[in-house]
Amino acid sequence: MLTLEGLELAAGEFRLRADWALGVAPVTAVIGPSGGGKSTLLSAIAGFLPPQSGRILWGAHDVTQAAPAARPVSMLFQDNNLFPHLTAAQNVGLGVRPTLRLMAGEVEKVTEALRVVGLADLQSRKPGALSGGQQSRVALARVLVADRPLVLMDEPFSALGPGLRHEMLDLAQSVLAGSGRELMMVTHDPGDAQRVADQVCFVDGGIAQPPVATAAFFDQPTQALRDYLGDGV
Amino acid sequence: MARRAVAIALEPRWPGAVAAGLVVFLTLGTVVAVGWRGGRELGGTDWAAVRFTVVQAFVSALLSVLFAIPVARALARRRFFGRSALITILGAPFILPVIVAILGLLAVFGRSGVVNVGLEVLGLPPVSIYGFQGVVLAHVFFNLPLATRLILQGWLAIPAERFRLAASLGAPVRRVLEWPMLRAQVPGIFVTIFLICLTSFAVALTLGGGPRSTTVELAIYQALRFDFDLAAAANLAVIQFVLCGLAACLAWWVAVTHALGAGLDRAVQRWDSGGMSRVWDAVWITLAAAFLMVPLVMIVWRGVGGLAEMPTTVWVAAGRSILVAVLSTLLATGMALMLALRGGFWAGAGAALPLAASSLVMGTGLFLIVFPYARPSDLALIVTALVNAVMSLPFALRALIPAANSLREDYGRLSRGLGLTGWAYVRIVAVPRLRRPLGFAAGLAAALSMGDLGVITLFAADAQETLPLAMYRLMGSYRMDAAAGAALILVAISLALFWIFDRGGRLGADA
Repeated sequence: MLTLEGLELAAGEFRLRADWALGVAPVTAVIGPSGGGKSTLLSAIAGFLPPQSGRILWGAHDVTQAAPAARPVSMLFQDNNLFPHLTAAQNVGLGVRPTLRLMAGEVEKVTEALRVVGLADLQSRKPGALSGGQQSRVALARVLVADRPLVLMDEPFSALGPGLRHEMLDLAQSVLAGSGRELMMVTHDPGDAQRVADQVCFVDGGIAQPPVATAAFFDQPTQALRDYLGDGV
Repeated sequence: MARRAVAIALEPRWPGAVAAGLVVFLTLGTVVAVGWRGGRELGGTDWAAVRFTVVQAFVSALLSVLFAIPVARALARRRFFGRSALITILGAPFILPVIVAILGLLAVFGRSGVVNVGLEVLGLPPVSIYGFQGVVLAHVFFNLPLATRLILQGWLAIPAERFRLAASLGAPVRRVLEWPMLRAQVPGIFVTIFLICLTSFAVALTLGGGPRSTTVELAIYQALRFDFDLAAAANLAVIQFVLCGLAACLAWWVAVTHALGAGLDRAVQRWDSGGMSRVWDAVWITLAAAFLMVPLVMIVWRGVGGLAEMPTTVWVAAGRSILVAVLSTLLATGMALMLALRGGFWAGAGAALPLAASSLVMGTGLFLIVFPYARPSDLALIVTALVNAVMSLPFALRALIPAANSLREDYGRLSRGLGLTGWAYVRIVAVPRLRRPLGFAAGLAAALSMGDLGVITLFAADAQETLPLAMYRLMGSYRMDAAAGAALILVAISLALFWIFDRGGRLGADA
């Protein structure tokens, strides 16, 4: 379980504070206005941005100083989630072993993950020969084989059309969340949050609010949320 | 991104440090080794060499830039058949072995060359290619194309809309558009060429000489090779280093523009270029093309006839040269890759220091270091490969540093997140993603090393003769036909090596 303890982040002039525990929920949506700090928060949890102060805990373990790959975290970025010169199977294989020297059992694991995301026949294609949706599936398969307990998604599907994006979110929810894994996903779209998230974390004004159950969050909106959502909601 | 040192480096750190150390040792350490031995008072001939070096470099740079301006303008505003071929050929002198070009120039401007034959027919006195004017001529041959390409880049960087605006306002294009561009570009280009001419050795070796036209580099060579005067060589090496250092500081100060750009194949539509300017442009383009092409054609023409005249030792020398070139390419490419991946200050140092260094100074320093322990000729080929590798680093790094930076930008977080660091990062990410610039860098390093006639002249006995050295010795014994044959082979191997490596980088590279 993730705990942010008196966390203070700084990126240039920008400051962000967070002080809460994620709780046990399969999917948490992180929403808020652009430039509010959603990506900054995920970067810090993944280990790409060292905090100014405070601690990041996983269970009882302090992972504040740990290298990104040594954290219990997999992350999907907005873009560049796949290496264009490696095949789908190789890209997924990196999640098992970053040296790509796989044992027989591990090769099967990769094949199985590609089958689960529906790409059994396209293992040896390179990303350039895959559609946007298929590329997303490869990235999801890699997160699946990496098998880390916390998955961070920084709008990896934002370049896809709405239909395809919903399909991917559903796939991420069904394949990744649950079975002990937790998903934190950044989104601009309240609809996405309501579609898949169990709880919502609102990030604005330099503060990442503690997560609130999705239904309660949208039923009793705060003033800041009303400003963000605009009229008509 | 990361402010504090939490982030683990993507690349293995020590190879970049070793490469940086090697660059510093070869460029600065050798000067210290040389300075240690110095101590003799500088004599009149030393100062004459300094004066000649500076004056010839200044005049060469000045003429190259002055002639380049009208040629570049003509290329910028005219479209004609063979234009892109001509622009490609403008890039050729960079990888053309110096000694080959000199043979070509001799065939045109030499004692029995085309020009003097023509003058004799007209009853005019012959011109000499030796001495000051010969050194300047050769330097202009090499640097006019470079200057033209760089200035052409400046011209084509002026947005087409500005020319349209100037035309609609009736504003003088020359004053409002061209002059500001030239004022921004030309000083940097001038200093770059000045620096190149300051350190050029093979030109002075073949066309200079004698008390009145000896460069500092040539004087170092003579002190070591003929007089075996280590103290004199050491003094001269320090002078050369100071000269280059000053020029490099000057270059730093005027912010040198960079050479290897693309997108030279468009001509800007202009509204100020009718009438006489059309004629002048044609004249400049024709003259420049002839100046470049005729010596090249003569090499091929004479070379084909000379192939049969060549002693078999030339083939052995060619094999040796290929070996040295391949070794040098591996060293240069490896060092450049590790420095580029490391990035930052040391990558910049690797790209800048060798520009100010002279290969003869490096050679002298290594000579002095090695001399007490081993016969210099035993190490001639390895030293040559190493020095050539370091000398080609600036060009290799110019291609690799931007590519390595954007690789870090695009895939650094993904790689770190996956734990794809160290040698796995080099093997799985860096080498495949950087194939194109690596291939280009390797091609340049191979061609430069293949054609080098510098440090090898200090060390080599017969058993270490490289192809450029064999060719030089054939020229020295007036076996010009055999030398032309060797030149043809040399230029063919140089171009082939460049092509193979550059092509190898492109083949199967994913966008």
